[in-house]
Amino acid sequence: MTPSIAEVIRTVALQKHYQRGAELVRALRGVDLVIGRNEYVAIMGPSGSGKSTLMNLIGCLDTPTAGEYILNGQPVSGLDDDQLARIRNREIGFVFQTFNLLPRSTALENVELPLVYAGVARAERRERATRALQEVELGDRLGHRPNELSGGQRQRVAVARALVTHPSILLADEPTGNLDSRTSEEIMTLFGRLHAEGQTVIVVTHEPDIAEHAERVVVLRDGLIAEDRWQAGRRGSTDEARTPVLHEV
Amino acid sequence: MELREAIRVAFSMIRAHKLRAFFTILGTVVGVTFLIAVITLIKGMDAYMKEDFAGRIYGYNTVQLRRNSSGPSFGPPSEEERRMRRRRPRLTFEDAEWLRARMETPGILAISSMNNGQVQGPGGRTLENVTVNGASATYFQMRELELEEGRPYAEHEAVRGVPVAVIGREVADKLFDGRGALGRTVRIQGIPYQVIGVLEKQGTLFGFSLDNVVIAPARSPVNGFVNPYNVVDEISFKVPEASLIAPAMGEMEGLMRQRHRLRPLEPNSFELETAEASLGFWDKISRMMLVALPGLVGISLVVGAVVIMNIMLVSVSERTREIGVRKSLGARRRDILLQFLIESGTLSGVGGVLGILAGIGLAALVSAISPIPARVAPWSVGLGIFLGVGVGLAAGVYPAYKAAQLDPIEALRKE
Ligand SMILES: Nc1ncnc2c1ncn2[C@@H]1O[C@H](COP(=O)(O)OP(=O)(O)O)[C@@H](O)[C@H]1O
Ligand SMILES: [Mg+2]
Repeated sequence: MTPSIAEVIRTVALQKHYQRGAELVRALRGVDLVIGRNEYVAIMGPSGSGKSTLMNLIGCLDTPTAGEYILNGQPVSGLDDDQLARIRNREIGFVFQTFNLLPRSTALENVELPLVYAGVARAERRERATRALQEVELGDRLGHRPNELSGGQRQRVAVARALVTHPSILLADEPTGNLDSRTSEEIMTLFGRLHAEGQTVIVVTHEPDIAEHAERVVVLRDGLIAEDRWQAGRRGSTDEARTPVLHEV
Repeated sequence: MELREAIRVAFSMIRAHKLRAFFTILGTVVGVTFLIAVITLIKGMDAYMKEDFAGRIYGYNTVQLRRNSSGPSFGPPSEEERRMRRRRPRLTFEDAEWLRARMETPGILAISSMNNGQVQGPGGRTLENVTVNGASATYFQMRELELEEGRPYAEHEAVRGVPVAVIGREVADKLFDGRGALGRTVRIQGIPYQVIGVLEKQGTLFGFSLDNVVIAPARSPVNGFVNPYNVVDEISFKVPEASLIAPAMGEMEGLMRQRHRLRPLEPNSFELETAEASLGFWDKISRMMLVALPGLVGISLVVGAVVIMNIMLVSVSERTREIGVRKSLGARRRDILLQFLIESGTLSGVGGVLGILAGIGLAALVSAISPIPARVAPWSVGLGIFLGVGVGLAAGVYPAYKAAQLDPIEALRKE
């Protein structure tokens, strides 16, 4: 396995500045980060350290002020809005803190939505969305609307929606922020299972308990990476081959 | 995003906010209601005028030659017009004969002159103000008059001026109590005529009875009563099909100009009319209504569009987060643009459909309480839907554009 194939995300001196009135906010001040295929990374850091900003850039919801972002070997910087939308549709699966399900649509319709934008035909959409919901153990809740589901169930619908297009990355920003600890554990177990099945997972969190589940922890402080460590006991033997990827940057 | 999906979303929005949706599309509903009701009534009026009214006055596929126009006109004629009318030569039996001998367009020629007169039956029963019609034998054929009993008079009787008469249903009822009129004698202006036929009931036209009539040969003794001697009111020419009306009219015009020895630039000294042409005055009225219509409809639709635009802007702002979510899932700008356009088009299209139903209902109501039939023009239904959807699309452009331009991160952050 060569590094270029194993690597999903590579950022080079990534910067993001915001103008807030007269003040220039440097949310990211030069982030170099490489994430390989099937890694499970937790991004931590205090509030305002730039976690969400980094997530938005990785998720192609936003473009950097400076620096480069290469997703699956393709530089994202020069892409226009429609191309970014296409990448979000195909390569990224978002899970949000507040679930962000469409309230008037059923679980099935919510999960079908990315496939609608992918141009998948109705029958196939149905089938794939149903399967995705079955994978998160909601096969019996297809016709339920979000307000008829518990918080944990809603977040699992969101996970199914994120995964239905088979994206390269599952991106979750504080996915357990609105859940109680038991449900949080349930979602994190689900993430662990997805990771074991080969999914690349990136979770933003400020809770150490949640970060525990990841095999690698990246800590941001003031828009820079302050710490990047592998967690003991979370990694298998094959992961050794990927370690150099991190340090080649 | 496919159309069906967008329309489904649109209907779920309508269901979610029924009352708001109704007020949103009220302008469209009112505008299209106007449109459909007015067009339906104009069409109905048109049908009434052309099929019923004009057909009865002029007959179908018939060109009528008169000294002066008989059609309704706006206001009294000017002094000059009156003088011009008086200068025109009268039409005579000889003119009719001369024309008949020369017309090459296939058809039948008939003459008719009318005056109101007195008709007396047996036992001194007297009717005043009966329409006395001195007509050729071909007149019955021309007007497609059916007889209830007896027969019309024949050509040879008409030519010789035999005093026989066909009487209207009302005359038969009043003078003979409806039975046994055939073979009896009536006195028209004091002159005895033998009844040889009774007309089928004709009904009324604008409240005038068409059955209070007697028809007798033009050359019979009524000749000098219905008109100055040998003068005719109208010479009609009926062609077998509508496509021959124009050729017949052209031919009659040429012949009459020749007959009256008119120089090339001189105006006609006679009037040629058809049922179609005589409806000029009605055409003017209906055109005026049709000219005013776009204004009425336009105002309602513009008001409707402004309302729709504002409500759609509210909707976009309420659903900012949804737009963010959709964008995060891969919706492109044009997907969002289309979604909102289709939503407002669907919303307003529903208004168009309601307007069509209301318009037809309104027209049906009017036709129920008046003789005007409601004739729904298929094109007006199409136009109603087109305008309904069109207004929604036009009104939706700006809100949809705003929605499409939203920054996904900003949109997702919104509460
Ligand atoms: N759209 C924005 N406009 C201005 N400042 C912003 C914007 N988004 C984020 N910031 C600022 O950038 C910094 C990093 O924010 P963020 O990435 O949301 O941090 P975190 O997710 O770690 O709490 C903060 O100071 C925040 O106020
Ligand atoms: Mg954050």
